Amino acid sequence: MKDFREWLREDRMPHIYCTGCGNGTVINCTLNAVNQMGWEPENTVFISGIGCSSRAPGYIITDSLHTTHGRAIPFATGVKLCRPDLHVVVFTGDGDLAAIGGNHFIHACRRNIDLTVVCMNNYIYGMTGGQGSPCTPLGAISTTTPYGCDEAPFDLASLATAAGANYVSRWTSYHVKELTRAVKAGLETPGLSFIEAMVQCPTGYGRRNKLRDARLMVQWMRDHSVLMKKWKQMEAEGRPLPEDKFPVGEFVRRHRPAMGVPEE
Amino acid sequence: MTRLEFWQGNIACAEGALAAGCRFFGGYPITPSTEVAEHMARRLPKIGGVFVQMEDELASIASVIGASWTGTRSMTATSGPGFSLMMENIGYAIMTETPCVIVNVQRGGPSTGQPTRASQGDMMQCRFGSHGDSSIIAVSPASVQEMYELTAKAFNLADRYRVPTFVMADEIIAHMRERIEVPDTVEIVERRQLEKGALPFAAGEDGVPGFPTFGQGHGVHVTGLTHDERGYPSSTDPGVHDRLVRRLVGKVEEARHEMADYEVTNPDAEVVFVSYGSPARSVKQTVRDMDDERVGSLRLRVVWPFPDFALHEFKNARVFLVPELNLGQIAREAARHTAVPVVPIPELGGELHTPAQLAEIAEGYL
Amino acid sequence: MRHEIRFSGFGGQGIILSAVILGRAAAIYDEKYAVQTQVYGPEARGGASMSAVVIDDEPVLYPEVTRPDIYVIMSQEGFLKYGARAPEDAMMILDDGLVQDRPRCRHYPIPATYEAKFTLNRVIVANIVMLGALVATTRIVSREAIEKAVLDSVPKGTEDLNMRALKLGFDLGTRSMQDETA
Repeated sequence: MKDFREWLREDRMPHIYCTGCGNGTVINCTLNAVNQMGWEPENTVFISGIGCSSRAPGYIITDSLHTTHGRAIPFATGVKLCRPDLHVVVFTGDGDLAAIGGNHFIHACRRNIDLTVVCMNNYIYGMTGGQGSPCTPLGAISTTTPYGCDEAPFDLASLATAAGANYVSRWTSYHVKELTRAVKAGLETPGLSFIEAMVQCPTGYGRRNKLRDARLMVQWMRDHSVLMKKWKQMEAEGRPLPEDKFPVGEFVRRHRPAMGVPEE
Repeated sequence: MTRLEFWQGNIACAEGALAAGCRFFGGYPITPSTEVAEHMARRLPKIGGVFVQMEDELASIASVIGASWTGTRSMTATSGPGFSLMMENIGYAIMTETPCVIVNVQRGGPSTGQPTRASQGDMMQCRFGSHGDSSIIAVSPASVQEMYELTAKAFNLADRYRVPTFVMADEIIAHMRERIEVPDTVEIVERRQLEKGALPFAAGEDGVPGFPTFGQGHGVHVTGLTHDERGYPSSTDPGVHDRLVRRLVGKVEEARHEMADYEVTNPDAEVVFVSYGSPARSVKQTVRDMDDERVGSLRLRVVWPFPDFALHEFKNARVFLVPELNLGQIAREAARHTAVPVVPIPELGGELHTPAQLAEIAEGYL
Repeated sequence: MRHEIRFSGFGGQGIILSAVILGRAAAIYDEKYAVQTQVYGPEARGGASMSAVVIDDEPVLYPEVTRPDIYVIMSQEGFLKYGARAPEDAMMILDDGLVQDRPRCRHYPIPATYEAKFTLNRVIVANIVMLGALVATTRIVSREAIEKAVLDSVPKGTEDLNMRALKLGFDLGTRSMQDETA
């Protein structure tokens, strides 16, 4: 394989994603990372749940399971435990992973099963029309938080770190090279790897939150993300951490005991 | 060759699965099915299989379905509330034609109900519990021997028809210990593999497509959405949906003759008991004690798809008596298929009908 | 002929195991038919535990015990809950030190727990002593069958202890019958 495009199912195009959607960027970064690993489609399996992000496996030529809402990880667990030699990548979204599938997510991190989980976090439910999710920021408008979200959101990368995943990083669809490198690092690390990819949803989120188009949303992510090194420095110096910003980079890389790792 | 054992039903169930080649168990502890999981946890790692205790029943059945796509014979076991939790992904298994075996050791419900007492209250749930039109296969063991045999058979049925297959046991059969003759080997009918290059969801005359095992280069996309013969989502075309659902139901219902498995006693009888699972033991005892050719019995080992034609074997039947540990679930199904009166004999609370009780009812119709 | 044997005691005494061993002896080594059942409560220890065995020469169909003809009772609570209503034509083996009441039916008080504690120095084998007494007094299964079934069922390294407990039970049972006729 030379190019990520060779992993795509051309007869499934056009895809369902809206103009300006960030999911395509994440899928391309992931396929680039997979390609760089030298994996073959017959040894690679993509598994997803329900939502915009979860349509991704349907556009990829490998064996794939497009499963039920929130349950991609336990399906992937069954595949991986029976065939540790297969490379198993899970595509999910913030609603799929952190709301309905939250319990599976933390238990997969605890078990440290050898999967790479790529979460496209667009802070809302995109497919059903922009409802609030566990990652909707405080005050943000969605169709189910019409007066502003009054619940605090999950920090998915910190959650995965606390729950025991071997590799965790967060980037955005603005950080294409970093995101690709992070996915590759995840693919290389035995145990559960979690890559949170913040993405823009201009249709479901941006237009309700004064971020009229994809360009403004990507710029917002660029301007509100702080590199992990700088973030930690601010923390160490006791400087106040800006409430509207978030750290990007590697949260953890470690070697806790893992399950489903192929024998050498 | 066989060897004699004195096993609990749940142990026989697990051993039957292992004999049939089950090599993956994903489960969550719940009374009264837990011994199946415990036995699999002891045995599977020793024979190259995988046991995993998942975080809940939703995850258990999901892991089983994932495992099945690697070509591994896979199973879970549950009871009561755990069975309810599995319904969504059972629907996924039906839609994606994933062979898998689900053991339900039935206990009293609704809700938490009676964790340690027997029931047959889930017979309709296993048939209709998942949303949408569908058909499944269910077997119902009436002895420890059958916990072994019918669990093994369930794997063959699941693979042959590519449909979730239920072992609908109950607490009495699952927890009792009795003599079992364990065979050296059991018959194994593997799932038919997809031919290279064939469309993964295109079926032949029997309605069952070949199975595209993961990791063999088929590049199959499996989705719970309505899909075409390529496996691609096609969720708005009425014709695609109609064709798919009719095939999924038809492949099971039209095969009900070939998978029928039942016992007939006194086919010329006028008063006929219809039973399955542990109440069948009370019926058998009643028929033996009464020793009257006018009293007969139809015992189902395969309950779903329901063998309507078996009722018609009793040409002289004046009444069908259906003792069940529920308020008349299979009685209602039987009544759909015959003009002869069907009388439910419900028993709730966890005790079996006594033979004396059944004999008295039968006498009333003679 | 159908025999229904009911075991009761408190959780932790090995009541269930006793019933399993008896069923195994009958079904595997005496070539009879047997079904063992038990009552499951939420308690893992304490409480009144109950288990039953049906033994017959023909297949056991109806598996539940309706009218036990033999009782093995190892606690006062178990007696009150599962033994007190024993019909007069039944018979009962009871642990002499642990059951204070006596039934109307024929019964054999066996100092099983006392003997296990002071003769064998292991109170845990009291249930096996009771099994020995049960077989000696009722011949419900053969001595060879119960010996084999006990050996199948006990942890490795405890075979000798359990065999001594079983033989002690045989002796106590035989003596109890002699006391009755004397």
